[in-house]
Amino acid sequence: MSQQKFKAGQGGPGAGPNRHGFRKPKNIGKTLLRMFKYFKKNVGLLTIALLMVVFSSLAGVAGNYLLKPIINNLDTGIGSIVKDDLTDVALQAAKSRIMESLVGSLAVMAAIYALGAIFSYFSSRIMVSIAQRTTNTIRSELFNKLQKLPIGYFDSTPNGSIMSSFTNDMDNVGMALEQSLSQTITSLFTVVATFIMMLVLSPLLTVIVVLMLFIMLKIVKTIGGNSAKYFREQQKSLGDVDGYIEEMVEGQKVIKVFNHEQAACKEFSKRNEDLKHAATNAQTFAGLIMPIMGNLSYFHYAITAVAGAIMIVNPGNWAIFAAMDLGTLASFLQFTRSFSQPITQISNQINVLLSALAGAERIFEIIDVEPEENNGTVRLSAKGGGLAWKIPEQEDLVPLKGDVRFNNVTFSYVKDQVVLRNVSLYAKPGQKIAFVGSTGAGKTTITNLINRFYEVQEGTITYDGINVQDIDKNDLRRTMGIVLQDVHLFKGTIRENIRYGKLDATDNEIERAAKIANAHSFISRLPDGYDTMLTADGTNLSQGQRQLISIARAAVSDPPVLILDEATSSIDTRTERMIEKGMDSLMSGRTTFVIAHRLSTVRNADAIMVLEKGEIIERGTHEDLLELKGRYYSLYTGKIELS
Amino acid sequence: MLKRLFSYYRNYKIYAILSPVMMLCEVIADVAIPMLMGLILNKVSQESISSEDIGYIATVGGAMVLLALFAMFCGGYSNRLAAKASMGAGAELREELFVKIQSFSFADVDKFSTPSLITRLTTDVNNLQQSSMMVLRMAVRSPFMFLFAFIAAAIINVKLACIFLVAVPILAVVIFIIMKKAHPRFTNFHHEIDNLNTSVQENLVNMRVVKTFVREEHEKEKFKKSNDKLTDTAINAIKLVIMNMPFMQLIVYACIIAVLWFGSSIVLDTSIGHLLGTVEENTGMMAGNLMSLITYVTQILSSLMMLSMMFLQFTRARTSAQRVLEVLDTEPSLSNPDNPIFTISDGSIEFDNVCFKYEGGTVDDTLKDISFRINSGETIGIIGATGSAKSTLVQLIPRLYDVRCGSVKIGSHDVREYDLEVLRDSVAMVLQKNTLFSGTIRENMQWGKHNASDEEIIEALKNAQAWSFVSSFPGGLDTDLNQGGVNLSGGQKQRLCIARALLKKPKIIILDDSTSAVDMATDAKIMEAFGKELKNVTTIIIAQRIRSIQTADRIIVLDEGAVNAVGTHKELLENNEIYRDIYTSQQEGVMGQ
Repeated sequence: MSQQKFKAGQGGPGAGPNRHGFRKPKNIGKTLLRMFKYFKKNVGLLTIALLMVVFSSLAGVAGNYLLKPIINNLDTGIGSIVKDDLTDVALQAAKSRIMESLVGSLAVMAAIYALGAIFSYFSSRIMVSIAQRTTNTIRSELFNKLQKLPIGYFDSTPNGSIMSSFTNDMDNVGMALEQSLSQTITSLFTVVATFIMMLVLSPLLTVIVVLMLFIMLKIVKTIGGNSAKYFREQQKSLGDVDGYIEEMVEGQKVIKVFNHEQAACKEFSKRNEDLKHAATNAQTFAGLIMPIMGNLSYFHYAITAVAGAIMIVNPGNWAIFAAMDLGTLASFLQFTRSFSQPITQISNQINVLLSALAGAERIFEIIDVEPEENNGTVRLSAKGGGLAWKIPEQEDLVPLKGDVRFNNVTFSYVKDQVVLRNVSLYAKPGQKIAFVGSTGAGKTTITNLINRFYEVQEGTITYDGINVQDIDKNDLRRTMGIVLQDVHLFKGTIRENIRYGKLDATDNEIERAAKIANAHSFISRLPDGYDTMLTADGTNLSQGQRQLISIARAAVSDPPVLILDEATSSIDTRTERMIEKGMDSLMSGRTTFVIAHRLSTVRNADAIMVLEKGEIIERGTHEDLLELKGRYYSLYTGKIELS
Repeated sequence: MLKRLFSYYRNYKIYAILSPVMMLCEVIADVAIPMLMGLILNKVSQESISSEDIGYIATVGGAMVLLALFAMFCGGYSNRLAAKASMGAGAELREELFVKIQSFSFADVDKFSTPSLITRLTTDVNNLQQSSMMVLRMAVRSPFMFLFAFIAAAIINVKLACIFLVAVPILAVVIFIIMKKAHPRFTNFHHEIDNLNTSVQENLVNMRVVKTFVREEHEKEKFKKSNDKLTDTAINAIKLVIMNMPFMQLIVYACIIAVLWFGSSIVLDTSIGHLLGTVEENTGMMAGNLMSLITYVTQILSSLMMLSMMFLQFTRARTSAQRVLEVLDTEPSLSNPDNPIFTISDGSIEFDNVCFKYEGGTVDDTLKDISFRINSGETIGIIGATGSAKSTLVQLIPRLYDVRCGSVKIGSHDVREYDLEVLRDSVAMVLQKNTLFSGTIRENMQWGKHNASDEEIIEALKNAQAWSFVSSFPGGLDTDLNQGGVNLSGGQKQRLCIARALLKKPKIIILDDSTSAVDMATDAKIMEAFGKELKNVTTIIIAQRIRSIQTADRIIVLDEGAVNAVGTHKELLENNEIYRDIYTSQQEGVMGQ
């Protein structure tokens, strides 16, 4: 098959944060409880941090309150001390007296403020550590869980969506823990404490506060709602534009060949225009809350100042509510200034917290997926120089040979869509079994079942006479090597990649494996030889060369059973012939399952299975099948299509 | 760089200018309000107040309310204008980038790499838009707020305003030091994030390999290392910037206390003056003014804080801007000649001592001294091992790349003399890595000819042996090729791509390994249709299988970037070792030869 890529439409993997859209958490309580479990070992630190947060927000409020005696001191001031003694000495003495009393108030104020700032630093320092350590734990847990999930999960879940849990969801959770949690608590305590203080200072003026609070909440809600609505629209348009960009830039060369540049630009322009409108609206609402809330607090401030002033000037009318003096008003005004900001804060932070919870929920969903079962009890154990199967409660070890049998195996990925029907086959140790058939005939499924990526639903597969379901999965897979059509290599050097097959392989072993795969000669010609770094997109090596490395990786693991799934389809026939010898020596002495598109590759198999719609319709050696003049014969002579 | 970026506001000039102006109005109102409040408090602090004063207080209070409403309107409107300007300019930039990329030659695309171009068009432009929004809002607000609040403070009392002259530099220096130290740590932190994401992505893609080699534990260890490293670098970076806020609080509080201490002394002096009659009633600094000053402390210092945040955003935007401008500054390496030829006389092709190498590629030339001539209407096969530069060779014909030396001629003119659009319209090419786009089959076919009728499309599909399966789809030509739509096999996709190329009715058609997934019988039928329908079209076929090209008029054997031999199937079988080698390697699988 060619390496053609059919990529159309949007929302492919790697789509990035823009495609994720909004989601409200489904079960806030449950998710919160679960999050708290992660803090268990940090519960002491967390408590300290939160207490500090509370203290530092109260310090800010208390500092404002201290303005009252200070200003009152100044206000009642000199006149009341000196009475009518307007001598210079008396006046100066009065001033010093007031200043002296100020020292005390200011010192208290300074101490409270300083402690507040210091506490706010330490609380955020602690929160940063807790947040980072918690996300570290969750991230590890998520990754480790992924390693335990069955292949079926990855086949049915796009990588992009898993990646998004690692990036966006994790970021949201981290951000919430680091900032939003303490900020929300700070804001909450500031608002409540401020409100109480205002009530203490002047219940009457607080009536205005309550009215303002009402208006503020209404505005926050309206703007917030609109903002969310337009934001969704913006994200949708952005996803649309980004998707179009991705598709067009990826297909850039085709666009050139077809002189399609102008049509693409025109279409892009249309989408871009939509995005512009949506984004302008979203940004308008997003940025509206700051000036409105900020100036509303000035509005509030002005009304309070006037009302307060009137109360001071005309005390008689208001005395039943509370006496008002300049210090009280000053302090109250200071509070009105600091009242609206935390409310804006809370409304912002709640969104962050909600999306963090939604993110946490998604992460937990993955962590909660049923892991791959591994209840096989038959283990590999060393016997003499080789390996053998140890069956529990059985004295004798079963030598590891690589004898694989399918007995009436039926399998379907999706219920009622049978992929393999009643397949039986027998691979003697060291035999080469080939599978031929169209895409979707079930060739790859057979190999998926041998190494238990999927479990058979009917019938049995045995390995050295033992039902594979009784064998420990890891041990089962250790006895198999696999080379896939799409080469999967890791970032790192060639040497490290080959060593992946056997982690403790010596350099000699690696070289020997590379020689078997016929990769040694090209590797030695590279300037850095075995230490050549493989780039992420693999542009520095050809597809064929990369495949040879993955063959070497299978060779170094030296398994008794080998699966070659279209392993040579990306190598041209001449090169394939060159590595044929290597492949032959790799296959010799191993039970090998070969899936190939090119019939020349499977010619010398001990048995060829022709699969069609999940059933083996012909089987035999090359010669047998040609003589049969059936499906294989027509394929071989090029009369029918293998799709 | 800034100047370049500003040019994208050209259509949004009014918004981009008006937005800061409105913002300025808001700032002035915001600074005036505490001043008015001081007036009210001053009045209140006087020993004797008459009912006339209440009128005064109400007037000033009314002015304050009006100012607040005015500021609210200005702030909100400024924000709307900023959004219009930023999103508008961002859209222009995005569009210009897209158009620019459309003008790129293959070599230019290779230079940047496709994923990088996509990031530049998406993430980087979005970054710039966000920054523009922030700059328009804050770049004006913060410095003006800072300036006006300072002036207001100085009007109240010059001596007390000097407190800011001490506090502001301290705060600025400390923030600067923190930011400067934090910057490399954050770069490091982002680097670690990238590393972690790459390794997770790799793990997901390679899951089958991980499982087959039972390397789960190994992968977990690998992940733990990068995860722990990420956590360390994260804490290391963040622990610095969290000092900003408490430090700012400390300075604000210190200023308030200083203002209160020195201010109180001045206020007391004023009241002594009032008592003695040396200072006129209603003048001098009073308690109300002190309160205004305290408000200015917050305004001045928080605007400084905003400014620092803006700079942080700015450094991020700078990287994005550089990456975007880099694309815009790239002159397409291929351009139309000055006096292009608009007609191509025939489909003859001549390579004359052509050599070529990819930019930034190997030291040696990829193509070495290639010379041959193809007559109009001839069918030519090209064969050679992987890496023998077959695709490179044919990409020079529609001028997807330019030669390094020598020349490629079509219809006896150098391809560099033709109008590019005319040239590429006359040369149809089915690329090895081909793409169908989202949309219906008809829409995809119309890439070849934008107003092609259904009859024309069906004819092309028939010639490419694709009509049989297309007509079997329930939607026929309207079948959607979107994800989750029909599942086409590799061979079917290839045939659709061939049909799309046929619709161009070209003078030259090039198939670059375009039938590799098509079975031999269908392949033969396509070739047969080509022979019948495209008699006068020069056809070049690159193939892995000798069967696909053995009926060609002539076959070119390429070996490591050089022409090894040219001849008919028969001649080459007799005389050429490489060809014979390839032939025998494939022969074993074929009966009845």
